[in-house]
Amino acid sequence: MTELLVKDERAPFEEADNVKVFIAPGLDGSLVSLKARYDNFIDGTWVAPVKGEYMDDVSPVNGKAFCQVARSTKEDVELALDAAHRARQAWGETSLADRAKVLNKIADVMEANLTMLAVAESWENGKPVRETLAADLPLAIDHFRYFAGATRSLEGRSTEIDKETVAFHFHEPLGVVGQIIPFNFPLLMAAWKIAPALAAGNCTVVKPASPTPWSILKFAELLKGIVPDGVINVVTGPGAEIGKALATSPRIAKIGFTGETTTGRLIMQYAAENLIPSTVELGGKSPNIFFADVMNADDEFLDKAVEGLILYAFNKGEVCTCPSRALIQESIYDKFMERCLARIAQITQGNPLDTTTMIGPQVSTQQLEKIESYVKIGKEEGAEVLIGGEPQHVGGGFENGYYFQPTVLKGHNKMRVFQEEIFGPVLAVTTFKDEAEALEIANDSLYGLGAGVWTRDGNLAYRMGRGIQAGRVWTNCYHLYPAGAAFGGYKISGIGRENHQMMLEHYSQTKNLLVSYSTKPMGFF
Amino acid sequence: MTGPLEPPGVDATSAALAAIAQLVSEGGPIMFFQSGGCCDGSLPMCFRDGEFKVADRDVLLGVVGGAPFYIDHRQYEVWKNTRLELDVGAGEPEGFSLPAGRDHHFIVRSSVCEVRSPL
Repeated sequence: MTELLVKDERAPFEEADNVKVFIAPGLDGSLVSLKARYDNFIDGTWVAPVKGEYMDDVSPVNGKAFCQVARSTKEDVELALDAAHRARQAWGETSLADRAKVLNKIADVMEANLTMLAVAESWENGKPVRETLAADLPLAIDHFRYFAGATRSLEGRSTEIDKETVAFHFHEPLGVVGQIIPFNFPLLMAAWKIAPALAAGNCTVVKPASPTPWSILKFAELLKGIVPDGVINVVTGPGAEIGKALATSPRIAKIGFTGETTTGRLIMQYAAENLIPSTVELGGKSPNIFFADVMNADDEFLDKAVEGLILYAFNKGEVCTCPSRALIQESIYDKFMERCLARIAQITQGNPLDTTTMIGPQVSTQQLEKIESYVKIGKEEGAEVLIGGEPQHVGGGFENGYYFQPTVLKGHNKMRVFQEEIFGPVLAVTTFKDEAEALEIANDSLYGLGAGVWTRDGNLAYRMGRGIQAGRVWTNCYHLYPAGAAFGGYKISGIGRENHQMMLEHYSQTKNLLVSYSTKPMGFF
Repeated sequence: MTGPLEPPGVDATSAALAAIAQLVSEGGPIMFFQSGGCCDGSLPMCFRDGEFKVADRDVLLGVVGGAPFYIDHRQYEVWKNTRLELDVGAGEPEGFSLPAGRDHHFIVRSSVCEVRSPL
């Protein structure tokens, strides 16, 4: 196996005063090789788009195109589906031990290339490299290992219906699945979808998000000789063209999607037309609730709680579970916010390849404009800007990057900035009187994906955790995404779960063999 | 479905109207549905008319350049005190929406107004 691993050339840094800055992809000395053009990854090889068209991939760091990827059409989706269907039977019949071996090898090759992939993803998405190094990549790697382990424990069940009749239940792969990845965690969200699909014996056709197709292609470059041809296929291009072609295809057995609500409905509509299952994760407006007792002592826990509020700025707020509504008990509001605002003022923005940078640029101009428009509507509705509120001007060659200041708006829960996902580093903060009001505000939302509860009182934390209508309630922590903790939404945040071995069921058919061990006729005819 | 609203819940800039006319001339009628949630949620999604199944409860906010503009009834409750203006922004759509011409996408701008009720 070792010879299949690409050697990890430890990061060449430009070092000055303990500041580490990775060299941008394509430049001399960068860890990340860059081609001018990338084709689709189909059947284990690189296949040019049928119509020969390409589109620019723009880095949000400087607003410049750094490579081109295939602008695919439905013909390319068909080629990928052909390859997946050719691979389907052999992969579906591969033993659990060998499937696990492949998943572990994917994890190993990613780990050997962790820094390279972290730099590539940071440059394409804009997220700070300290996050990709410490979170995105280690979590994605662990995800493949988790499902390698989980697949080994996949067991059917049998039931003795009566003395001579037995019901055997087997897991069988669905076949070929379609998976549509969001732009906010290009590699981790790909891992969340690909790992369980493969573990359950399926082949996949993956459509990366339009703003971030290249990171996944860099991942695909590592798969030669590790994953059988056709088991993982990646097709890049516009959602309206190839996302639709994939989601409507009668040749997929399931569709997985992460994105916004309208496309979520459309995906389910397409799935209904083909009578196939779908999983949709559609975002949230997660409350992060701070009870007065967090300030009972000036200690490490209080420090953790302050950081917990500021995690709204993690990945520049481009997280489905961004804790974008802070609910603070009114008796501590002034003192607690004073500490938080002082810490927010320390956040550094700049080159995401600098390991000291805390917030990089938003992924696209569209996202940046959307954030600006939300701050505007927030002000019109009477919200008070406590900090930030403007695009951030970053010098040093990043003048054209899509930066926005970490922002806090104070208002009330009926305002649009409290009800809609802004997908930027914008926190909406309000106060509550008591436990009942905290729960009422927390649940006054169309969404129910994540929530945070901060208190030193375990009983209160438990009551709140069970009372909040959301799929994940972080208790005295936030933004942890370990494999093995189920993730998914209540209400309009979506249908289905990810990140847990129950996914093996979601990516499997149930085969029942109902067997009679009796020789006696039934006696009806 | 409910609506339309009076006064119109959606206006459109000349750039948006030109993009609508272009899309219609290329492939026939189109429709809009206001999205929400993750990623490019909060953007209006543009589809060929009939591509997206509109539910009885969805609210017709208005008609722009001949194209109906809908919103989910639950989202409408949050958005009803704002007036929307459809416009065009630089960059391709990030999701399943049709583009507003090459390298452009549709956007909405909101401004606070009196709460309106569907007719």
